Amino acid sequence: MVNALIVFLHSVLKSLRDLLPIAVVVLFFQTLVLRQPLPDSSTIALGMFLVVLGLSLFIVGLDMALFPLGEKLAYDFARRGRLSWLLSFAFCLGFATTVAEPSLIAISRQAAEIAAIENFIDSNVVAKTNYALQLRLVVAVSVGCALVIGVIRILRGWPLHWIILSGYLVVVILSYFSAPEHIGIAYDAGGVTTSTITVPLVTALGVGLAASIHGRSPLVDGFGLIALASLSPMIFVLAFGMIN
Amino acid sequence: MAILTSLLEGLVATFRDVLPIVLVIGFFQGVLLRKRVQNPLRLVVGLVCVLLGISLFLLGLELALFPLGETMARQLTSAQFIQSQLGEQLATGHWQEYFWVYIFSAAIGFSTTLAEPALLAIAIKANAASGGAIRVGGLRVAVAVGVALGLALGSYRIVVGDPLPYYIITIYVIVLVQTMFAPKSMIPLAYDTGGVTTSTVTVPLVAALGLGLAQNVPGRNIMIDGFGLIAFASVFPMMTVLAYAQVSAWIDKGKKDGV
Repeated sequence: MVNALIVFLHSVLKSLRDLLPIAVVVLFFQTLVLRQPLPDSSTIALGMFLVVLGLSLFIVGLDMALFPLGEKLAYDFARRGRLSWLLSFAFCLGFATTVAEPSLIAISRQAAEIAAIENFIDSNVVAKTNYALQLRLVVAVSVGCALVIGVIRILRGWPLHWIILSGYLVVVILSYFSAPEHIGIAYDAGGVTTSTITVPLVTALGVGLAASIHGRSPLVDGFGLIALASLSPMIFVLAFGMIN
Repeated sequence: MAILTSLLEGLVATFRDVLPIVLVIGFFQGVLLRKRVQNPLRLVVGLVCVLLGISLFLLGLELALFPLGETMARQLTSAQFIQSQLGEQLATGHWQEYFWVYIFSAAIGFSTTLAEPALLAIAIKANAASGGAIRVGGLRVAVAVGVALGLALGSYRIVVGDPLPYYIITIYVIVLVQTMFAPKSMIPLAYDTGGVTTSTVTVPLVAALGLGLAQNVPGRNIMIDGFGLIAFASVFPMMTVLAYAQVSAWIDKGKKDGV
């Protein structure tokens, strides 16, 4: 516990340093470019204090829970688990973390609005809700599939860049046949699927798997799950737009 | 009181995000693998720290940064501000009139990326996995520079109204060429950084910026041009991290040759 306290105090200092650039940018633009007075400074000070506190707690929690949890799972699966368990775990983890992601919910609502305006779907609430839900499920399935492919890649030691680059080729080809309204949303969907809790967990899982398998390097083989999880929604959403 | 209520709401929302993860892990760990967690108290305290940390972090951003940042993004893209910069001349919608928007995009992209918790987590992990060879600070700055360049170029694209795929495809080609020359051990990490740059801090501000530009620049359509900034912020870091890896490799080689 004393150790954790030292880690915490240390990370408070680091968080302060990390947040300084934001304060400088905001001050500069507000006072020198826009020439507006700073709004209620006590609220801002309180907000900054909470941000520093939150970031520091998060770092302590990373070391205590998220990293060890991901590593332990990777170790247990490598020792005891069957391949089918590991793969279904990867799929469930990807699906479960994505389907309730708030930024994905927001983006699928926007997509439904656009689809209604472009007359792809009826412009009533039921049709829009259905469309948004379908889109969310599609993205969640795509992230689940991405983690399955990513785990197989770690086990087999395939080079990541061939998978990613051919994935991008598919994105380019699909973009060519897609409506411009759909492309922006599909590209953005790739960026919103990876949340603050998922990233450390999935990274620790990948690095842990690579470390527990003989002949795999944590750096070369362990990373890459996040890249796949950001690429596959683009493909699935573009394909979804074409089918509709 | 209002702050306590929103903290509570934030906690509930974060808990809802974590619940599916806990269920999935609990099922596989407890039912299939039948493994006990060692030191469960430490795990629970750690998870509480993560939950509380993210909730406080978001609440703080909601108080300090988001409203102000969004207002600034709207003001900087507004016709009034653009006209005030030109003085006597009439605004023509030329891309150079949006000079401050590009600077703001780059500056806010750089500074918010440095505060992104998910990127910090990846950097810590990369530092450990490389035995300390990859420095946490260096990697984060490389990613932040990427987001800054990406957002500036992305804003420019919205102002001039070019099709999004042309830009993204060009960047992919550059990443492809870099991949052929970069040190192999850095490639997966570089690709991963693309996905982590855009989560809690950056996305709300970037969305406000994109929509503000698409609304205010004459001839732009919110539906077509308002999106796509996040995509720029995701692909550019791959380029800058690969470049950072390449340059570090050269410097190391230079040092060795020098000795």
